[in-house]
Amino acid sequence: MKFDFRSTAQMLRFDEKADRVVPPTGFTARLTLFSAFAMAFLAVFALALSMAAGRVAERWGEELAQSSTLRISAPAGEVAAQTDAALRVLRTTPGIIDARALTLEEQRALLAPWFGDDLPIDDLPLPQLIDISETEDGFDAAGLRLRLAAEAPGAVLDDHARWRQPLIEAATRLRVLGWASILLITAATAAMVTLAANAALAANAQVIAVLRLVGAKDTYIASAFVRRFALRALTGGAFGTLTGIIALFVIPSSSDAAGFLTGLTIQGVGWVWVVLIPPLTGLVALIATRFAAGRVLEELA
Amino acid sequence: MCCLGRIETGTMLRHNSAERGGRGKTTVIELENVAYSYGGGELLTDITLTVQPGSFHFLTGPSGSGKTTFLKLCYGALQATSGHVRLFNRDVRGLGRDDVAVLRRKVGVVHQDCQFLDHLPVEENVALPLAVSGQDAGGDDANLKELLAWVGLTARADALPPELSGGERQRAALARAVIMSPEVILADEPTGNIDWEMSQRLLTLLVELNRMGKTILVATHDLGLIRAAKAQVQTRVLRISNRRLQTAGADL
Repeated sequence: MKFDFRSTAQMLRFDEKADRVVPPTGFTARLTLFSAFAMAFLAVFALALSMAAGRVAERWGEELAQSSTLRISAPAGEVAAQTDAALRVLRTTPGIIDARALTLEEQRALLAPWFGDDLPIDDLPLPQLIDISETEDGFDAAGLRLRLAAEAPGAVLDDHARWRQPLIEAATRLRVLGWASILLITAATAAMVTLAANAALAANAQVIAVLRLVGAKDTYIASAFVRRFALRALTGGAFGTLTGIIALFVIPSSSDAAGFLTGLTIQGVGWVWVVLIPPLTGLVALIATRFAAGRVLEELA
Repeated sequence: MCCLGRIETGTMLRHNSAERGGRGKTTVIELENVAYSYGGGELLTDITLTVQPGSFHFLTGPSGSGKTTFLKLCYGALQATSGHVRLFNRDVRGLGRDDVAVLRRKVGVVHQDCQFLDHLPVEENVALPLAVSGQDAGGDDANLKELLAWVGLTARADALPPELSGGERQRAALARAVIMSPEVILADEPTGNIDWEMSQRLLTLLVELNRMGKTILVATHDLGLIRAAKAQVQTRVLRISNRRLQTAGADL
């Protein structure tokens, strides 16, 4: 049986009599409903994961791209002088909006997560950190390094590129993985529905024989099965999506400490994709059943 | 004028008379040098037959001789290995499955095992050909009831097929076979599972249909049924023997 969208769309037309020719089958009905429910539930999470990863990649890209750090590692007596020299160089460098030396308190706050609040920072030979804010176009890092080498030999410029890029790549790949999961979920849904449809069609070989005996076309026979499976998948998909949304709301709200994990939410246009999950589940079931029916009817001919 | 399903008796009788007078112009079923093989062996060979409108044929032969296969070839359920099968002057070989399905609506089939949709009541099973052909059964309610009355199943209209006796199943199958007012009715051992009295009732219905102008082809090994039919209507008896079709002798 050739697949064409027009005849497949016509199969969705409600026909009470045609729907009654196929006896209700509990096993395949439950299998389709459960598969659609589980897959829609997982799709909501995969979608949320993909979107959260996308947001993280975007945030890291935007926030870290326009900032750099300068570290002054010099003997204790020269730190202040080299810091002042470095600040002078930085403030006269095109592409730098602002350069500010971090206070001891700020440096303590940065170290606190690793060493605790009671770190005797005054006694440690810590390097002085300078926070640099850039323009959108940024600055010439190579040229700046040369100038700093002359004015403040203990200065090491970190433009974040070294560790920002792998993070962005990781987040981007996570997003791709999220979408790949959705594709796998779609394929798994199609496979499960195909199995259920095959089982239903095989169990109803006698019904198909009777329908053919009285002059039913293959399209008529297939449509009775296609409508039934599409409707079941739509119903299961709707409940699965709803349950997935509720589960997302149950996850604790975002906080800096928990970071990425608590950012697993749907925002903005993401809701359009979520709303599309049930009808897409129904569509996948429709196409899968159409192909399964075509193959089985061909075999039974 | 009596109506049975979509059969209008008066009209069909006139049609029948006209066809009988003008045979040879159109044929209902035509087999030309047909052979059919299955599992490496030839089941039927060199079968040539022309079934004229309004005729009444019996097909006999021992069990396993190929009577059911012959009937299936006649309504397009099987494709001949070689030769040509023409249904209403259309070669079945060149038709797609949907075209065969449409042609099959002009052929009513009654099987020995009377296949039904067991989850639907008799009434809906009888009306099934209307439903699958997309025809509005609403306007046919009266005809449907009349058809059920004709086969004596009015009281069993709401029963499920498994609740019917053998004879009732055969009559329900006949009602389903004629509801689309087909031009030809093929019956495969219709009296195989029923007693003599019930087979006589069924024969009466078939003879009545033939008198309305319907072409009847019955595969049976029930010689009593054939003799009873010959007493009521002009019939032609064919026999399948040694894979070939022969005209049966005068003893039948």
